[in-house]
Amino acid sequence: MKKDIEITKPILTVNKWKFIVWLFIVTIIMFFAAFTSAYLVRRAEGNWTEFEIPPIFYYSTAVLLLSSVFMHLGYKAAKKDNFNSLKLYISITFVAGMIFLVMQYMGWTILQKEGVFLKGNPAESFYYILTGLHGFHLVTGLVVLFFSFLEAFKMNIHAKNLIRIEVCATYWHFLDILWVYLLLFLVFFR
Amino acid sequence: MSTVSQVEVHEHSEHAHEEHHELGFIRKYIFSEDHKVIAKQYLISGIVWAVLGALMSVVFRLQLGFPEMDMAWMKPFLGDWISLDNKGLGKLDPNFYLALVTMHGTIMVFFVLTAGLSGTFSNFLIPLQIGARDMASGFMNMLSYWIFFISSVVMFVSLFIKTGPAGGSWVIYPPLSALKEANPGSGDGMTLWLVSMALFIVSSLLGGINYVTTVINLRTKGMSMDKLPLTIWAFTFTAILGILSFPVLLSAALLLIFDRSFGTSFYLSDIYINGQALPNQGGSPILFQHLFWFLGHPEVYIVILPALGLTSEVIATNSRKPIFGYKAMIFSMAGIMFLAFIVWAHHMFVTGMNPFLGSVFMLLTLIIAVPSAVKGFNYITTLWKGNIIFTPAMLFAIGLVSFFISGGLTGIILGNSALDIQLHDTYFVVAHFHLVMGSAAIFGMLAGVYHWFPKMFGRMMNNSMGYIHFWITFIGVYLVFFPMHYIGIAGFPRRYYQWSGFETFNTYMDLNAFITIAAIITVFAQAVFIFNFVYSIFWGKKASANPWKSNTLEWTTPINPGHGNWPGEIPTVYRWPYDYSKPGAPDDFIPQNVPYSATPESNLPEENELIAAEKEINSIKYDTSLHD
Repeated sequence: MKKDIEITKPILTVNKWKFIVWLFIVTIIMFFAAFTSAYLVRRAEGNWTEFEIPPIFYYSTAVLLLSSVFMHLGYKAAKKDNFNSLKLYISITFVAGMIFLVMQYMGWTILQKEGVFLKGNPAESFYYILTGLHGFHLVTGLVVLFFSFLEAFKMNIHAKNLIRIEVCATYWHFLDILWVYLLLFLVFFR
Repeated sequence: MSTVSQVEVHEHSEHAHEEHHELGFIRKYIFSEDHKVIAKQYLISGIVWAVLGALMSVVFRLQLGFPEMDMAWMKPFLGDWISLDNKGLGKLDPNFYLALVTMHGTIMVFFVLTAGLSGTFSNFLIPLQIGARDMASGFMNMLSYWIFFISSVVMFVSLFIKTGPAGGSWVIYPPLSALKEANPGSGDGMTLWLVSMALFIVSSLLGGINYVTTVINLRTKGMSMDKLPLTIWAFTFTAILGILSFPVLLSAALLLIFDRSFGTSFYLSDIYINGQALPNQGGSPILFQHLFWFLGHPEVYIVILPALGLTSEVIATNSRKPIFGYKAMIFSMAGIMFLAFIVWAHHMFVTGMNPFLGSVFMLLTLIIAVPSAVKGFNYITTLWKGNIIFTPAMLFAIGLVSFFISGGLTGIILGNSALDIQLHDTYFVVAHFHLVMGSAAIFGMLAGVYHWFPKMFGRMMNNSMGYIHFWITFIGVYLVFFPMHYIGIAGFPRRYYQWSGFETFNTYMDLNAFITIAAIITVFAQAVFIFNFVYSIFWGKKASANPWKSNTLEWTTPINPGHGNWPGEIPTVYRWPYDYSKPGAPDDFIPQNVPYSATPESNLPEENELIAAEKEINSIKYDTSLHD
């Protein structure tokens, strides 16, 4: 094996920060995979209550998906050095993220009115914990977004320096997909 | 991500030259972003924890070996945990015994053999051996250490609270760990344990992500994956294991936190305390075991793989021979890493799982013997007819091979689901994992310290003290753990405060006393090492740049490498790291940065063909338009 040599190419395909954010995403995937498999194992044992998911969770999903669209538009704007729309789109993404969190909270209050409690059956506890932990990760996403926002104002994000916005977008889209996965999971494995 | 394997280094030599201003004391030695300083911080924290963990084992070994002993003399430092009876006879508090066992396990597995081992050597060796200025992110690296430090402080504080530290054993199975009423150690001590471990997980994830990124992205010119030293392969696999398994422990711990503090019932169901039913319904304690061991099993490989990697390097260097089966070593480590994730239920054979499932996990478990044996054979064949130089590091590396084999053999016995019914939770298990994972990993770590000490501190450790340390420890470890197998087969259960209540167990009381004496001697022999370590940092003999005549890149740096590791350009790599005693070569080692064109006398025919490719390696240009 030491005999044959790879033709080493003078290229760099991945920036280290992009690599880091992907590894970070892998850890989050494992984190939630553990919860959802625990959910399935526990559900298979019976003694499992079923409840309707309030429609507000579907609306919040739409808001979050919309934020992803704006995130992508922001990235495209940065690529074209279109600073005004970059700032605008990042701001919209940020606000949409906040609205999503508020709607998740409203969803919790509705659930509690319907008699679904954190302390109840594990089915109910799991619902709160999965949505809550996703919410927590979304807050970290908002922090990342906020720093990108600051950088955008300092004119540090432009066509020649896209790493920050790319990392931010990757993370934000991931949080989006994660939520869609969790919602589908919670709907189909009630 | 498939393209990244071709990625070559993005180096910032132009940066490095600009950054030559002196940093203040705090940024240089405390909140440092330099990988070498962080490695030393991890090493020293690991040693401090190891001393604490070892002293704990002395206390509970005294209890086990001499249950009638008067422990009043320990009152000055154990305080109320020693209770005096009316005759003034001091007895160890049984709850504190449980806490000691728990803390010994937690400290040794996580704080010493995960943070102390991976944290030290991954940080120190990855950039030096792959030819990088520093880790991918120095800031994340610093964050990783300081989060570990906070986690250590929390764990340390838990030793001093009134109800004592966590007492549910290091596996913290609920419901014992979930109910404050179960045991004093399940109170605030357990809360602190969970907080500390959550921080620890964050720290090791930050570290692991950094290690993998550095290895993939920051290799120097010519350092293709098939030229990496085995240490780097081992660290990379370890980091991948951590990245995939620690989040699962975090989720298990989080659900436990919710059960303990927020009234959920993930792990609790149908529990009565003093005739009173608890409100918790519908949980499953087995669920916790599944989640825990999904981390817990990979964790034992997180502990042993870096030690095996260090051993590969030390054994090849000091046998003056190429490592036998370089590729086989990589594949067996990869195999161990993969299998690590699908054998967790062999810790749970007696939880009432489906016997068919037990057979599946048994089969998978026994398959691990194959890559482990490949590694064992390769170490022995590397030593075979080698020109062996018995440095203390080499002795410890050979000691690791010995423990890995003798401890691994009992693993094959324990992996059988039928035999496990008898042996589960006996001292046989304790003896097994203390040999194969505990002692082996510690020996790997010690081999690493002795071997890379000159690079870390620019001075040599004292050899004679190293030999004394090795022989007492090596013989001591066998004297402790070999008899323990017999005690286990005799049925002694682990985690018991004392067995004097059972007539049958009196037979082996003298053997237990023997183990205790051997353990005390072994533990106090470590003082030789500690003294040698501290003394040599300040007053050791000055080291030369390459004291072991080794091939890897770290020995091409100055004796005390500064920030950025190499003062000039990073060396380019042309060959694999194991060209020792090559026929025809004037020296018995050819470092990795020596091109084939410079060694026509020792080149093999196919290597002569590679000379043409060297120009290509030299002409690699870094794409500097990419931002950090």
